[in-house]
Amino acid sequence: MQNETLIAGFGGQGVLFTGKVMAHAAMAENLQVTWFPSYGPEMRGGTANCTVVISDQEIGSPQVRQPRAVIAMNLPSLDKYENQVAPGGYLVINTSMVNRKAKREDIHVLEVPGTELAEELGDKRLANSILLGALLAESKFLKPESIEKALEESLHGKKHDMVDINKKAMKKGADYIKSK
Amino acid sequence: MAKELWKGNEAFAEAAIRAGLQAYFGYPITPQTEALEYMSSRMPELGRVFLQAESELGAINMVYGAACTGVRTMTSTSSPGTSLMMEGLSYIAATELPMVLVDVVRGGPGLGTISPSQGDYNQMVHGGGHGDYYPIVMAPAGVQETVDIVYGMFDLAEKYRSIGVVMLDGSIGQMIEPAEMPPMLEVRKDIPEWAVRGGSGKDKRILTSINLDPAEMEKMNLRLLKRWKEVEKNEVRFAEYYMDDAKIAIIGNGTAGRIALSAVRAARAAGIPVGLLRPISLSPFPVKAVQEVAAQVDNILVVEMNAGMMLEDVLKVVQGKTSVEFYGRIGGVMPYPEEILAEIQRIAANPSPINGHPRDLWIERIEPVINR
Repeated sequence: MQNETLIAGFGGQGVLFTGKVMAHAAMAENLQVTWFPSYGPEMRGGTANCTVVISDQEIGSPQVRQPRAVIAMNLPSLDKYENQVAPGGYLVINTSMVNRKAKREDIHVLEVPGTELAEELGDKRLANSILLGALLAESKFLKPESIEKALEESLHGKKHDMVDINKKAMKKGADYIKSK
Repeated sequence: MAKELWKGNEAFAEAAIRAGLQAYFGYPITPQTEALEYMSSRMPELGRVFLQAESELGAINMVYGAACTGVRTMTSTSSPGTSLMMEGLSYIAATELPMVLVDVVRGGPGLGTISPSQGDYNQMVHGGGHGDYYPIVMAPAGVQETVDIVYGMFDLAEKYRSIGVVMLDGSIGQMIEPAEMPPMLEVRKDIPEWAVRGGSGKDKRILTSINLDPAEMEKMNLRLLKRWKEVEKNEVRFAEYYMDDAKIAIIGNGTAGRIALSAVRAARAAGIPVGLLRPISLSPFPVKAVQEVAAQVDNILVVEMNAGMMLEDVLKVVQGKTSVEFYGRIGGVMPYPEEILAEIQRIAANPSPINGHPRDLWIERIEPVINR
């Protein structure tokens, strides 16, 4: 078993954080995990991305040409990574920041107005958790209880009061995609 | 201790602290800076020495001084920084002092890129400083392995009064993986018999890298060499995957090795009998393991993130006994598993020995890819 998720967006959209939550959750399930950030020339244009590889055996490559899932937080990320999603994989689009439809027909396209749904919760910075909630509800890469544990572990100190609202955001994303 | 998520750079810093590191000197450079930052808060917290030097030149000479007093000391940097440290490393080798250097390698030459690379192989393994000296060089492929190697490197450096280098591809420094930290060792209280600590009325001890008498210098060189022979005998490390029935072997270290592992699994799924030898100690080089692989398989493919530096060491060991090919990405580019898989498939389809130098043949194949 192995799955790979590439999360991409502008700096400040919580891309790296979302990947770390996934890594914590994978660890809670006793799985192997590698979180790998883009740095260097990849980051031109102010976009940030990270790849999270989750496996039940020793992980090989930290970067993958065809990830099982892509979360595109904005238009440049959709343009860049849509073609890379593995056939049969998942493409989560933050439709609040994107003005076009997906072109691929051989993958599961999950359209979620992440930023708008986050604003309903009072903080548009929660869009990342909304989109992750949608992805996990469909892909079942990780269990909801391990994600909740992961949020507890990755939001410590002053950020700990963000745990509950992130849990709510995850659930909102999951509910949205299930209702579609 | 339970596993926690660690970024490679912070993990090796904590591992060094747990090994009883007493003094860290360094200078910030991407993709290594998180280690220096981590040290800057953790070392003073524990009452130990952290000092950001004015440059890498300053840092390595501070390490030199601290090592003379017998404390556990280290520095970390990235490729351009290691170039600046080469003079100091040669002096430290000549003075027969233990120390640890972590080189988080980025693409070169020159100031180059900040992307991951293995372009420092020759500089580290074959000695970038002047004179005959032999550093121990290890190349981990993941965060846990980095922790374990850095933790053990201080013991090795002291055992052989040698420089211990951990060559970390920038990718390993930047990635996050679960790792279990080893126990926190107490800072050593005993002082090695060779260390200089000052104090009048005690026996005179001299540590120096200069000895103008060539006959004495020759004796010292021989002593270094004989000590190195012990390292070669005792400290070789490597990992093997799917080698039992392999007819094709990939040899790759660090990040290139683990990317090759993905390709090997994909090729195995397609029925190709391929395995992987991943050298962990680059110096001493796993000569016997490579010889055995060469005796077993029909084809070897060396994979690196440079233009074939370890390739030369493999060729030297294999001595034409089996066909050796090469695949690399250069300048800070990481290969994808698919690229290596395509090489495996090409070799499986035509396993006959190649005609020419593996690097020349690779240039022909890679040029259109690079200039695409």
